[in-house]
Amino acid sequence: MKILVMVKQVPDTATRIRVGGDGASIASDGIKWVINPYDEFAIEEALQIRERLHGEVVVVSVGPQRVEEAIRQTLAMGVDRGVHVKTDVALDSYQAAAALAAVARQETFDLILTGKQAVDDDAAQVGPLMSVLLEVPQVTVVLKLSINPDTQRLIAERELEGAIEVVELPYPAVITAQRGLNEPRYPTLPNIMKAKKKEIRVELLESLGIDVVPKVRITALTEPPARPVAKILTGDPLEAAEQLVNLLHHEAKVL
Amino acid sequence: MGEQILVVLQQEAGKVRHVALEALSLAQHLRPGQVTALTFGPGSESARDVLGRYGADRLVSLNHEMFASYSSDGFAEAVRQVENMVEASAIIFPATAWGKDLAPRVAGLLEAGLASDCTEITSDADGRLVAIRPVYAGKAFATVHIDSPVQTFSIRPNIQSVKETNRSAEPLSCPIELSAESFQSKVVEVRTQATDAVELTEAEIIVSGGRGMKGPENFKLLDDLAQALGAAVGSSRPVADEGWVPHSYHIGQTGKVVSPNVYFAVGISGAIQHLAGISGSKYIVAINSDSEAPIFKAANYGIVGNLFDVVPSVTKAVLALKAEQ
Ligand SMILES: Cc1cc2nc3c(=O)[nH]c(=O)nc-3n(C[C@H](O)[C@H](O)[C@H](O)COP(=O)(O)OP(=O)(O)OC[C@H]3O[C@@H](n4cnc5c(N)ncnc54)[C@H](O)[C@@H]3O)c2cc1C
Ligand SMILES: Nc1ncnc2c1ncn2[C@@H]1O[C@H](COP(=O)(O)O)[C@@H](O)[C@H]1O
Repeated sequence: MKILVMVKQVPDTATRIRVGGDGASIASDGIKWVINPYDEFAIEEALQIRERLHGEVVVVSVGPQRVEEAIRQTLAMGVDRGVHVKTDVALDSYQAAAALAAVARQETFDLILTGKQAVDDDAAQVGPLMSVLLEVPQVTVVLKLSINPDTQRLIAERELEGAIEVVELPYPAVITAQRGLNEPRYPTLPNIMKAKKKEIRVELLESLGIDVVPKVRITALTEPPARPVAKILTGDPLEAAEQLVNLLHHEAKVL
Repeated sequence: MGEQILVVLQQEAGKVRHVALEALSLAQHLRPGQVTALTFGPGSESARDVLGRYGADRLVSLNHEMFASYSSDGFAEAVRQVENMVEASAIIFPATAWGKDLAPRVAGLLEAGLASDCTEITSDADGRLVAIRPVYAGKAFATVHIDSPVQTFSIRPNIQSVKETNRSAEPLSCPIELSAESFQSKVVEVRTQATDAVELTEAEIIVSGGRGMKGPENFKLLDDLAQALGAAVGSSRPVADEGWVPHSYHIGQTGKVVSPNVYFAVGISGAIQHLAGISGSKYIVAINSDSEAPIFKAANYGIVGNLFDVVPSVTKAVLALKAEQ
């Protein structure tokens, strides 16, 4: 089983986001960069599959120099090696998917795991786009995955609004991971030591031959409008509750 | 017909979700008279009345048996073919689990740019569509231009206003050529979670509990309030992690993103990751014993007090109001 896990480095979810000087991207100072939380489920799943079925887990990440740190962390979790597609250019989802698909073609794979969405652009596109580019089937937002290596088929459970959908498909395939799929492990000290010696192959974006013109452009980024100062009620619960319901009914007109 | 908008919709036994009507109303507003709806599955033509009423000028219903259950690759290929036939220059999907799975696959096939989970779509001077979408979990909003010939979008539920018209959608037949190989990924079962509760992402009112609830047994208090209000029940993440409520209740950056009229945050401190999921709410009501809790900064109304006294009182006051109405 050869598994590729696509990992994006994103601002920590607790980071305050401020609009940068260009008015179209975020101010990059003071940001703590972390592995996209959903990608951790993808990594854990890949490691568990390797424990059961043997093979290799390779992490691929597209981004600037700082991304190496994220790849190193995945190696400390137990990933075998990494590929870093280096670029300082901000790519759109299609370009990112094309770059990742180009690496996937070089590497070959049985399974590709991604997060269900990156918590910076919140696009939820790169997994399905890659699966189109690689001409393989997909399942997104997966909560449970079982693999039958004899028939080369997968059964995946995915989350819908108020329902679970069970999907069957052959692999090679692309799976996008949802929270609940597993409980990601922490790096252990021996693995952190070992990670230092593991290979991170660097690939320049320019050498992958992807279209340099994005299809999607962000022309402005704005911060959400501040909410008006809250009306705070205190004192006797019953009176406060009556006042609240009154306000919701007469002022907000939502009850 | 080059300026057509194709609205791709999910239906079940002729019934569509509210977001489908939102998508049609929006499309009709953007390109009057140029809206083609696309539905799948046997019996899908029975949605024609309602789709027409809310803004579909034409309806393509792919009612062949092969569309009876969902397949991301099969459905995406079908959308691609329909798009080619109606020569749509824009496609709108609902940003539901279904639409979020299908839209990027279609965008990939058409080599089109996609703006996901949009809260606003407008038309620019050249008639191209421009979207606004939340990024960084709603901590910022991006204005997005799509430069590919076909523009694709998915829209977040519960945001657009819905407008009834008196049209009736004209049936349009689109012969699709698809082989079994196009249906690799297949839905073999759908397990509905036994509940008649309103889905969180579509709910108009949500009553949500956090760690301040102290234990699973106390969610009864929220259920009672929710029932009085006709609301859905949600939670913060730790509460779902503890197993006090199902995972499907979890709201926030790594859970569901909701946009109700009123969101009641009960015993929830208001961490940035939780606020990320609720910033689209029209009104936020905080009930918390700690007057310093950050949730009060995000709220429109708040009660500082012990939720075990406050919540039953609110339920009582709501029931009294309903009795008057
Ligand atoms: C990567 C990442 C992603 C995350 N994603 C999410 C997410 O999607 N959603 C999410 O919710 N969290 C998320 N979190 C967790 C988040 O940071 C907070 O820890 C969490 O939201 C806190 O939940 P809470 O408000 O229920 O609990 P607490 O922070 O413990 O707050 C409990 C509140 O209850 C109040 N209270 C206690 N007793 C009473 C009483 N008797 N009456 C009234 N009030 C009372 C307290 O004053 C307090 O404000 C994420 C964290 C990380 C690191
Ligand atoms: N630059 C990138 N490098 C590696 N993986 C990525 C990158 N961008 C997106 N991905 C993967 O695609 C998933 C979905 O991202 P997105 O479509 O941006 O929401 C992420 O969770 C990652 O697994």
